[in-house]
Amino acid sequence: MSSGILAIEDLKVRYSGLPVLQGISLHVDAGETVCVLGANGAGKSTLLRAIMGAQPAFAGRVLFDGREIQKHSTADIVRLGIVYVPEEKMLFSPITVEENLLLGAYVMDEEAQIRANLAFVYRLFPRLEERRRQAASTLSGGEQQMVAIGRGLMSNPKILMLDEPSLGLAPVLVDEVLDTVRKLKAEGMTILLVEQNVREALDLADRGYILQTGRIVGEGTGPALMASDQVKSAFLGL
Amino acid sequence: MEILASSIVAGLLFGMVLALVALGLTIIFGVMDIINFAHGEFLMYGMYTALLASQVLGVDPLLTLPLAALVGFLLGIACYKGFITYILRGPMIAQLLGTFGLMLLLRNIALLVFGSEDRAVHHGVLVDKSFEMGMGIIVPATKLAAAGLSVVAFVAVWLLMNRTRMGKALTATALNPQGARYMGISTEKMNALAWGIGGASVTVAGALIVNFWPVNPYVGLLFTMIAFTIVALGGFGSVPGAFFAALVVGLITEIPGFWDFLTYTLELDWMYDVPMTSFKYMWIYVAYFIIMVVRPRGLFGWKH
Repeated sequence: MSSGILAIEDLKVRYSGLPVLQGISLHVDAGETVCVLGANGAGKSTLLRAIMGAQPAFAGRVLFDGREIQKHSTADIVRLGIVYVPEEKMLFSPITVEENLLLGAYVMDEEAQIRANLAFVYRLFPRLEERRRQAASTLSGGEQQMVAIGRGLMSNPKILMLDEPSLGLAPVLVDEVLDTVRKLKAEGMTILLVEQNVREALDLADRGYILQTGRIVGEGTGPALMASDQVKSAFLGL
Repeated sequence: MEILASSIVAGLLFGMVLALVALGLTIIFGVMDIINFAHGEFLMYGMYTALLASQVLGVDPLLTLPLAALVGFLLGIACYKGFITYILRGPMIAQLLGTFGLMLLLRNIALLVFGSEDRAVHHGVLVDKSFEMGMGIIVPATKLAAAGLSVVAFVAVWLLMNRTRMGKALTATALNPQGARYMGISTEKMNALAWGIGGASVTVAGALIVNFWPVNPYVGLLFTMIAFTIVALGGFGSVPGAFFAALVVGLITEIPGFWDFLTYTLELDWMYDVPMTSFKYMWIYVAYFIIMVVRPRGLFGWKH
């Protein structure tokens, strides 16, 4: 049952007694891009926070490389190679873009590797290099999202979890951010993506899951899900 | 004129020492939003450490600074690991009353161990020496050295927080603890570190102050109040704010000197009769009250 670099088995999460995740099972294989779709309040962010140890699991298991991690602290989980780019971005606003990026490499020890990762992030987002000395708070919404993703890449993650990276961005920036995800996928990065842009997300992901009020109600490859009744009725209004 | 100049110099020098006193309070608040009522008790232990170590080892009190720093660092971490980490899980009121209780505990341990009488440093290279600064300003060597070394220690901590990886992780935790955890920074470690650094800086300040200020187990409260005033004025969590606010508060402690200057200048009889020296520290409490009413966020805002 537990295949994949990340495997979740019957995960249950409750907020003050109320069930939010009611037994989620999913897996992500190495090199795969998997998206989780769902309406607001379906439990998408809760799922990612539970994987990160930021939200305690009530029951079930989270396996990473075959090891149970649902009792680990967030800091330990990051050290194992799971990186989470939260929907709220959580930038360190008064300090500079470059300092933000370098904090993303906090778990890294080799200075040369950190420099190489910084260069990689600047190649991916040239605008961030132009603004490296600016306080993160002075950046536009799209640029802040770039900092958040770039910061996530600084520690050579084994899996990158992106929580609605296109949320609140202008359409042109949405395309830019999702193109970046596509580039990372092409580089072989393992990605777990939560998105509201259903068509775009299914177009770029290898597989997807549909989350509805804390339960997985559908799964499959991008085209298969796109054609499914659940997606049509739940998201596309068809 | 000499009175005025002397008062300004004395106020600024004392302010430099007070900056180091307040530094730990602002760091701990910045990192974990906890107000440590026991801050002055840490300082008191720094004073006793320097006093007793110099007597027992027969060395100059100034040489005991590294030991005071170590005692403060370990005391800070012990208080965090043994106590604060538990009250963090409780409501806000538990945290306020908790550090208040820690204050009483540390003070009463000191009473038990050291007794209640005043003790002072009588021997040392700096004791009873003074330094002529020109313009008739004479400064005791102990106060001059305390001010200089306080600035050195303050700058060292500032560099530690701004130039090292560990310090940047501490800053990140202060700015956004959840965001910092997502970077792999353990909040638990950073909290302990904040208490360690906070404890070490204030005990070093105590070890410097004991050279010109007698110590007893009750000495902490005055310094807690002074540190609160500085941190409120500078902005809770602000390190540069603490430095500038400390200089202002240092000058406030010299209000009797300014009063004397005015008295001699204006030659008003009634001014001679005001026992201003007796009210020396009242002005700090008055300042604290005014800041809380007029500008509760302090000069530099919170956490900048």
